[in-house]
Amino acid sequence: MRHIISVLVENEFGVLSRVAGLFSGRGFNIESLCVAETLDPTISTMTIVTSGNDTIIEQILKQLNKLINVIKVTDFREMDYVSREMVLVKVNAEEKKREEVLRMVEIFRGKIIDVSPKTYTLLITGDEDKIKAFLELLKPIGIKELVRTGPVAIARGEKVIKIREKQSKGGEDG
Amino acid sequence: MKKTGSQIFVESLKMEGVDTIFCYPGGATLNITDALSQSPEIRQIVVRHEQGAVHASDGYARATGKVGVCLVTSGPGATNTVTGIATAYMDSIPIVVFTCQVTTMLIGNDAFQEADIVGITRPCTKHNYLVKDVKDLARIIKEAFYIAKSGRPGPVLVDIPKDVSAQSCDFKYPEKVFIRSYQPTYIGHAGQIKRAVKLILSSKRPILFTGGGIISSGASQELIKLAEKLSLPVTNTLMGLGGFPGNHRQFLGMLGMHGTYAANMAITHSDAIIAIGARFDDRATGNTEEFAPHAQIIHVDIDPTSISKSIKVYIPIVGDSKNVIKKMLEFIDAEKDSLKDYKEGIKDWLGQIESWKKDYPLTYAKNGKLKPQYVIERIYALTKGDAIISTEVGQNQMWTAQFYKFHKPRTILTSGGLGTMGYGFPAAIGAQVAFPDRLVIDIAGDGSIQMNIQELATAVQFNLPVKVVILNNGFLGMVRQWQELFYGKRYTWTHMNYAPDFVKLAQAYNAVGYRIEKEEDVDRILKEAFANKRPTFIDVHVDPEEGVYPMVPAGAALRDMLLV
Repeated sequence: MRHIISVLVENEFGVLSRVAGLFSGRGFNIESLCVAETLDPTISTMTIVTSGNDTIIEQILKQLNKLINVIKVTDFREMDYVSREMVLVKVNAEEKKREEVLRMVEIFRGKIIDVSPKTYTLLITGDEDKIKAFLELLKPIGIKELVRTGPVAIARGEKVIKIREKQSKGGEDG
Repeated sequence: MKKTGSQIFVESLKMEGVDTIFCYPGGATLNITDALSQSPEIRQIVVRHEQGAVHASDGYARATGKVGVCLVTSGPGATNTVTGIATAYMDSIPIVVFTCQVTTMLIGNDAFQEADIVGITRPCTKHNYLVKDVKDLARIIKEAFYIAKSGRPGPVLVDIPKDVSAQSCDFKYPEKVFIRSYQPTYIGHAGQIKRAVKLILSSKRPILFTGGGIISSGASQELIKLAEKLSLPVTNTLMGLGGFPGNHRQFLGMLGMHGTYAANMAITHSDAIIAIGARFDDRATGNTEEFAPHAQIIHVDIDPTSISKSIKVYIPIVGDSKNVIKKMLEFIDAEKDSLKDYKEGIKDWLGQIESWKKDYPLTYAKNGKLKPQYVIERIYALTKGDAIISTEVGQNQMWTAQFYKFHKPRTILTSGGLGTMGYGFPAAIGAQVAFPDRLVIDIAGDGSIQMNIQELATAVQFNLPVKVVILNNGFLGMVRQWQELFYGKRYTWTHMNYAPDFVKLAQAYNAVGYRIEKEEDVDRILKEAFANKRPTFIDVHVDPEEGVYPMVPAGAALRDMLLV
């Protein structure tokens, strides 16, 4: 099952390779990985999209937590969340296609961020379904190149992932 | 007060109470080496190969319970430590490995003797550091020792560039460590512990299954109390040996691939397993699908990743073994009424176990040849279980685990997880440095001993009277045994025909050498060898094709044992 995990880490050199190495060394999947600084510049967030059955996901969460530089691991299975991804797409935009592309960008509330005589470069953000639908519609027009950020996610409502110390947990529940 | 990085290094070690380091010099260590020359209070054991330094500090750590320390140079010095580090990592042994590095300006330049050792050891250390600024050095050393010994212990590597060891800054050793992202859980969840006690008291066929966690948490006494209070049969993993007295009447011996019949049958038929500080390694469980099919498993471990990794458990308890067992004992005291019913209820089970023990004890075919098992039985009898025993890896290791009864924790030093040949001799040297007056014996094979035999020079140089008993069968015996059983007796690559004359070799190093070829010489020569105060090789020519039994073939269920 596809799965989004958010990991708060110390913003230090080498941490990304510890996390990436953990996944490769133990045979876990990374579908996408997105890293950037948080409000607190000493901390970064990694949003990782992975897949696996419950046992594998449980191991991934525990192994991530075990890394010394990992401050907090959040499993978005356990809460309501919103996620968005950004995509840049370079498409065919020859004379007769231009109108159609423009219309599509408008419908999907995207933007054209670069123009050449034969191409448009489009920017679109959205959740997985929206992006999938958009790209499907663009395919017949001709996608020349595509880059994606991978999704980032955040809890819905007032809930905040607190940047506080890894607490010594009392134990596990059965 | 300003100090150089090298002085900070030395002072920090003293603040950590380090009395011994195992080391090997090189260009990049020179600043530190020179600073250490002014500090005779830190004993410096110079080895002959960096792998030996790491195993020796590991042996020191296992025998004492303290953090083992070693220091080596950059590049090849650093890469030579990798096997030792991986060995300590798999067995959760607290060591701090200091590697020196080329100057910070040169890092990344493919400089002479440069290796990215932090990158190389990332997956086999608990944590590692590259010190980029001398101002961070004291804090990093403090953290390294703390991380190595706290939680689930493990190796930590600190890489110190040569210019960092030369630069100066104000030095004040931090009194406390605070790592916001690292807070191990020591106290088990009380509700879970209570559930566990209730489960045990309502069981009919319970068994205690304990591992290295008992040793590292120092929970041996508590474990004995728990076992005796509940009349529980006890089995150990290889790493758990010594955590429960090997001569205790409730002890079943080791379980697993070369475990005893009683231990493997008891696990298979049990209805409640209390696993403490054991990680359900594949050598212990056999086929996981068929492991303990009737049991509800309680698993106590300080490392959450060990829980439900290979075997799904019913009651997980994250915490330190000692704390959790103490809490269990309290709850049991509050359950006096059910205790009586419980004891009545397990009578048949204990009877069953006794008959397994009686009907299928550990044994071997006595056919007139000198048997390796006999040699180990005699070592046990002559030392009364009071020696520190290290092993190499293979048949020598399994026979030792089977036939030497370890009475106390920290008396067996063996590479359980990684299975590192060449571990035992340097580990014995490390233990002998810590305990100069105790008898330290490496039980070796003729294959394994050749993997770190150069350390004989170290033992001679520092007057370390380690005894190496080589069970010499002219084969890489364990691999040969698999070839005998599963590869049509095609003994490819496993003949050790060209081994040296170990007696002459010992003499060449200025050590002592003995040879034993007949059963009637075993006691006399072993006694003489154990009594002398010099490093000693005892080359014992044993039956070449003796095997280790019982044996659970790889991938089979624990109950499917090949017996003698």
